[in-house]
Formats: sequence, structure tokens, C-alpha cells
Amino acid sequence: MKLVTAIVRPEKVNDVLEALYRADVRGMSMSRVQGHGGELDRVETYRGTTVKMELSEKVRFEVAVSGDFVQSTIDAFCAGARTGEVGDGKIFVVPLEQAVRIRTGETDASAVTPVKK
Amino acid sequence: MIASASVSAGDTAWMLAATALVLLMTPGLGLFYAGLVRSKNTLNTFMMSIAALAVATVMWAAVGYSLAFDHGNGFVGGLGHAFLKDVAFAPRAGTSIPQLLFFCFQAAFCIVTVALVSGAVVERMRFLPMLVFSALWSVLVYSVLAHWAFGGGWLQAGGTLDFAGGVPVEMGSGFSALAAALVIGARKDYGRQALLPHNSVYVLLGAGLLWFGWFGFNGGSGFSTGHSSVLAFTNTLLTPACTLLVWFGLDLLRQKRVTAIGAATAIIVGCVGITPAGGYISPGWAMALGAVAALPSYAIIVWRPRTRIDETLDVLAAHGMAGLTGILFLGFVAQLSWNGVSDGLLYGNAHQLGWQAIAGLAAPAYAFTATFVLLRLLALVMPLRATEHEEALGMDVVQHGEQAYASGEGAILVSTEAGLDGPVAVAQP
Repeated sequence: MKLVTAIVRPEKVNDVLEALYRADVRGMSMSRVQGHGGELDRVETYRGTTVKMELSEKVRFEVAVSGDFVQSTIDAFCAGARTGEVGDGKIFVVPLEQAVRIRTGETDASAVTPVKK
Repeated sequence: MIASASVSAGDTAWMLAATALVLLMTPGLGLFYAGLVRSKNTLNTFMMSIAALAVATVMWAAVGYSLAFDHGNGFVGGLGHAFLKDVAFAPRAGTSIPQLLFFCFQAAFCIVTVALVSGAVVERMRFLPMLVFSALWSVLVYSVLAHWAFGGGWLQAGGTLDFAGGVPVEMGSGFSALAAALVIGARKDYGRQALLPHNSVYVLLGAGLLWFGWFGFNGGSGFSTGHSSVLAFTNTLLTPACTLLVWFGLDLLRQKRVTAIGAATAIIVGCVGITPAGGYISPGWAMALGAVAALPSYAIIVWRPRTRIDETLDVLAAHGMAGLTGILFLGFVAQLSWNGVSDGLLYGNAHQLGWQAIAGLAAPAYAFTATFVLLRLLALVMPLRATEHEEALGMDVVQHGEQAYASGEGAILVSTEAGLDGPVAVAQP
């Protein structure tokens, strides 16, 4: 069981969601974050003030998956978020000690497997 | 409109105020449009309206006014008033206000019409080609249609009644918007993702400002403080109110809820509907027009998003269609006893409806064709739209280097007007 965290461009979010859906990854959280990963600075001007925007808007996805799903989740993120330009983002995979579904108390793999309707 | 040799103080006072009211409609429209797009395109969308204030005004002073209102042939005016030649304090023929004021009032019409067309191409058209297009469109399309309807052109000479601009402003912008949307093409995400209005409060406030300005737009189109102005002013209150009510009803029928964006749209549709008819029909018929105008515009707004035509902010439905409805409706119910000019079909004058129908065919045909050709030619000289990548980033950052909702987090000061040289690291989170 792993926690996959991916930081992607906001404009690629819809492509990522589509790719995850195709890979059968259904449970995830996302949040807007600001970050910097070596891309070129953007310059903005407000009246006489010129500023360099060091941090760019990014979106962070967090997905807890069972072992079989790790590679397909990573592939989905890469497929959905890649443009080929600097600033496409990163994926971090870390081991997950425990997962609990609050509603039922199920743990681990069954907690991260979507309920089949 | 009674020809008078001298300037009337009362008429001039009202027309000065009315002109300022009409000018307010352009930033009002900018706010309305800005609320309807995604947050990353807020400034660019608003700036297209602001650009009209610059470009259309200058073009209007240079040649636009002359081509619309100088004596010429039936199709276009002459160049006798180019660069404001002979436009001064003497009253404009047929009015009792100085020609300079008449020029300003008509300039405000041209500006808001140019801004209206931008609604078709927001979120993807580059800003520079938009400036060039706006400049050329204000002359090649707006001035010509204004000449037809107001400046002694063939429609006016034939007998078409158009009180405040159903031909040049509403049908002119609406059908040009359709052509522009077809030439520029759909946004890359159109039909694939939900593209939602980012601030409905802007939309409502913008619609409110437009309605407020419309009292000058319609109320000033009698160029006096006389009966037709008072009638148009009254009808500008009554018609949109009826459109709103009917729109609520249509919303309820279709989705069991009354929507805010729908309400803002209804206000525009009502104001547009009464624009050509304002000073020509009775208040009772104006209320009926409000109800009738809602139907075709509502139908287009429901139908259009199911097509591949990304006429983004529905200028065709809200302006083109509602303007056409108003132009035709007036042909049925104009009343000599109210307007002192002409009766419509219901009062025994079929001739009037005939000329309204001719205007309803000719204006859309010219606006669509001229805009289509103009943009196709412009595309040969410069790329009209942003790249997919730029579209994804948002037009605010790409075209203007600004954001509507900048947080300032992570911004590093590069230079200030105070003359600090070199990077000064501040505001680091």
C-alpha cells in the first residue's frame, strides 16, 4: 500500500482526472498549492512595480493505492500531466502504514478499494 | 424629431447626461463579460471592452462618424466630417443639440457595440489582433450599418424605423459575433470540460449597470426631452421587467429553479428588445415585447452550447436575436398616436412591417459577411488566437502579465518607480 502524491500544472488537472479515471483509480484528494520546481520565473507588472513570480500555482493530488495499482497510477499521472516543458511537476511515492475507512472501520487494502456498486 | 435651427438648453442638458450614461455601459459590459469567463481570463475579457473605449473612440473621431452621419450615398456616408471637420456648436440637422454632443452620444454607441462583439472570442483571441479587428470593424461594419439606419442611408430612407440601434448595435454585434466565433474557432476545452462563469455577482452587477446606462441609450435616442424620449425611457423600465418574469418562468419549466445568470441575461435581452422600438410603441406593447423577446433568445441559449459553435458569451442570442425580435415586433405594433411617425401592421400599415423585415434580413447578412471576410483577411497577416499552451495558462498572464486575483505570495520585487535598481528580495513567504 502506497501513498502517491503528484504535483501537477493546474491547466492539466482535467487531463489527469481523465487519465486516472481510465486507469480505474477512483479515490483521491486534490488541493491547490503554490510551488517552485526550477521553471522559469514569470514577470508581472502592476503600475510601476515589477515583480518576479517565484511560486507558481500547482495542484497536488493524493492517492492511496494498493500495491497492484501503484504503477498504473504513476503512468496515469505522467500521461495526463506531461507537456514536455519545465514545470510539469513531480510524483512522490511513499509507503503507507495504515488506512482506515471511517464509515465501516475497514482497514488497509479494503479501505482503499472503492465500493463496488 | 422636429427640425430646429437653434440649440435647446434643456435638450442639451439631458443629452450630456445621457451620453455619460451610455459610456458607462462599456465598463458595465466588461464586468458582465468578466464574470462569465474563467478566473484566469478575467482581465483579458474586461480589457477587450476597455480597448473599445480607446480604439473605437479614435476611429470614430477620425472617419467613423463621418462615414455614418455625413451625406453620402445610400450605402455609406461621405468624408465631409472626417477628423471632426465642421463638427462644432451648431445644432445637428434634425435635432436641437450641438453637433459635437451628437458626435459624442453616437461615439458611445459605437464603443459599446465594438465591446459587445468581443464576447464571441474571449478566452482565446490574442489581444493585439483584437485591437486591429476592433478598429477596422468599427468603421467597416458599425459605421456602415449606422449610416443605413440613422445617417440617411437606404433603410432609413425606405422607411425602416430603428429608435436606438436595433440595426447597427444589436443585430450588427450579434451576427458579427457569430461570424467571429466561426472564424476564430472553439476554445480548446469547449465541449470537453465544464467551462463555468467564475463570478456570478460580477455578471449581475454588470447587467444592472447596463440597464442603468440603457436609460441614456434609449432615453437619449430622441435627442430631446420630448415625448419620444420619455416614452423610450419608460419602455426601458417596462420591457426588461417583463423579460425577467418570463425568463424566470422558462427557467422554472426547464430546470425547476430560477437562475441568477439567467436573470442577468434576461435583463440584457429585454433592454435589447426595446432598443429599436423604444420611442415607437405604447407602454402596453412594450411589456408584451418583453415577454415575446424572451422566447427566441432563450431557445438559442439552450440550443447553441449543444453545437460546435463556441460563440462564447451568447452575443447572438442576447443581442442579435433580441434585436431582430424588437425590429420585427415594432413593424406590427407601432402606433402613430404614440410616436407621431408611423403605424405598424396591426394599425393598418403593412408597408412598415415590410421595411422592418428588410432591415431584419439586410443587417444580419451584411454584419455576418463583412465580419467573416475581415477576420479571414486579418488571419493572413497575423495569428488571431493564442496557442493551446497559452490558452491553458490563461490569457491574463500570457497577454497582460497580470492576474485578476494576484495573492502576492512568492512575488519578488524587481524594481519600483522610486528608482531602486536591481532585485530587492522582499515578500518572500
